[in-house]
Amino acid sequence: MTANPSRRPTTAPGPRTRPTGPRPGAYVAVGPAALRALRVEAPAGFADAVMDRLGLHVTDRFVTVKSPAGDLFVAFNDSGISAVMPAALFGDDPGRFAAEHQAETGRPTVAATRAPAGLAAALRSGRATGLRYDLSGLTPFERAVLAKTLEIPSGEVRPYGWVAREIGRPRAVRAVGSALGRNPVPVLIPCHRVVRSDGHIGNYGLGVPMKRTLLDAEGVDIDRLERLAGAGVRFVGSDTTGVFCVPSCVRATRIGPAHEVHFRTAAAAEAAGYRACRHCAPVPVRDAS
Amino acid sequence: MVALRIDTTVLDGLADDLDAGFAAFVRAHSGSVYSTALRLSGSRAEADDLAQETFVRAYGALRRFDAERVRALESRPWLLTITLNLWRNRLRHAARRPREVRAARGADAPDTRPGPEAAAEESESSRALVALLGQLSEHQRVPVVLRHVVGLSYVEIASTVGCPVGTAKANVARGVERLRALARDTPAPAPPSWSRTRRPRHPVHGKETP
Repeated sequence: MTANPSRRPTTAPGPRTRPTGPRPGAYVAVGPAALRALRVEAPAGFADAVMDRLGLHVTDRFVTVKSPAGDLFVAFNDSGISAVMPAALFGDDPGRFAAEHQAETGRPTVAATRAPAGLAAALRSGRATGLRYDLSGLTPFERAVLAKTLEIPSGEVRPYGWVAREIGRPRAVRAVGSALGRNPVPVLIPCHRVVRSDGHIGNYGLGVPMKRTLLDAEGVDIDRLERLAGAGVRFVGSDTTGVFCVPSCVRATRIGPAHEVHFRTAAAAEAAGYRACRHCAPVPVRDAS
Repeated sequence: MVALRIDTTVLDGLADDLDAGFAAFVRAHSGSVYSTALRLSGSRAEADDLAQETFVRAYGALRRFDAERVRALESRPWLLTITLNLWRNRLRHAARRPREVRAARGADAPDTRPGPEAAAEESESSRALVALLGQLSEHQRVPVVLRHVVGLSYVEIASTVGCPVGTAKANVARGVERLRALARDTPAPAPPSWSRTRRPRHPVHGKETP
């Protein structure tokens, strides 16, 4: 369609034009907004082209492994494990997983013949601290959250607020939740061991049933935790040792029923003369000896 | 703040392992480097080449840096200094071999106006602005592009161009002033008929990678 000459303005055109495009005869918009619109993204495949020229192409490989959560696809590269996903989410189709992982990371993803060293043992023991992870692309905050979460022992749980406090960001409780929701390597970095601050099991990126399955497989007594949470109990102590813990702490599970004392707040426990457990650190442990 | 945080992550990755972290570094800054290269050279092919070469040179330099120096790097000014130097070198070479230059504007200035490819994918108003930008002298166009297209701070511009901060501010202001004056003198041309065909607002496929 050509511009209709009869529609041309007959009077002198104004100094500014609509940002959608100048009419014939109008002046060009000059200003920060118009200049900002000249910013463009690099063409698709730009980073790949650079990496090709440098001979630096990172390839991810992946294996299928068994776990309490069913079969998992685990992707990894030279930096470490980069993704963990239940195979069921991809209809057990490795090709679909590889394609989606490649689309997400921009790295070619191919099947590997051998799993990274220590993976099978980590899945068996629930302790995955010795593995290397490729967490590039995450913010330092997200990495700090995941690093702290990795320290939660198998069979125990900690509240979101605990993670926030331990990484020195006590008010970032919600941000901890979001960071865990973006955990690229669930099951291995055990975000399923982080629960609501009131003690209830809470949500999970891979679904609440999966969270329960994983915790159950680690020997967590979910019914007991939910019961305590329902009664408003946040901490349990032993009247023989005078120590109080989060309910799932391995020390707490050893307290005999006759000696178990319940607290709603850490302050109440401390007021009753109890000190915080050094293993589960229900409150900041001042004396780190 | 957000950009700063991303930069820290990316630089940490580079410091830890240059080869593994370099892809993230390229992705984080490809937009800034490519936009600068495109708005200075005016041609998409030239911009692609300049931007790629920038990162190839950057990689070579980073290999010689120790981890501490990498962590302290001001990525964008550093990268864009490389882009600027590469671009100026090319202009100089082009000036020495005039056959490669389509039409010299002045006696000694090689043609650096945006070529047709760059214009092809712009909106009409952007295309007109690109043409005006091409009429600025280099010492105004570079700071204007760095400030308003790429979004560098004046301190970063000063560091990129190698001038005092006050000079950077003044050159940006004068450049924008000059653009306004040029715009007043040049009514926007009637768009060619072919550009009037509407492109879909939301492309169905071919999402641009960051």
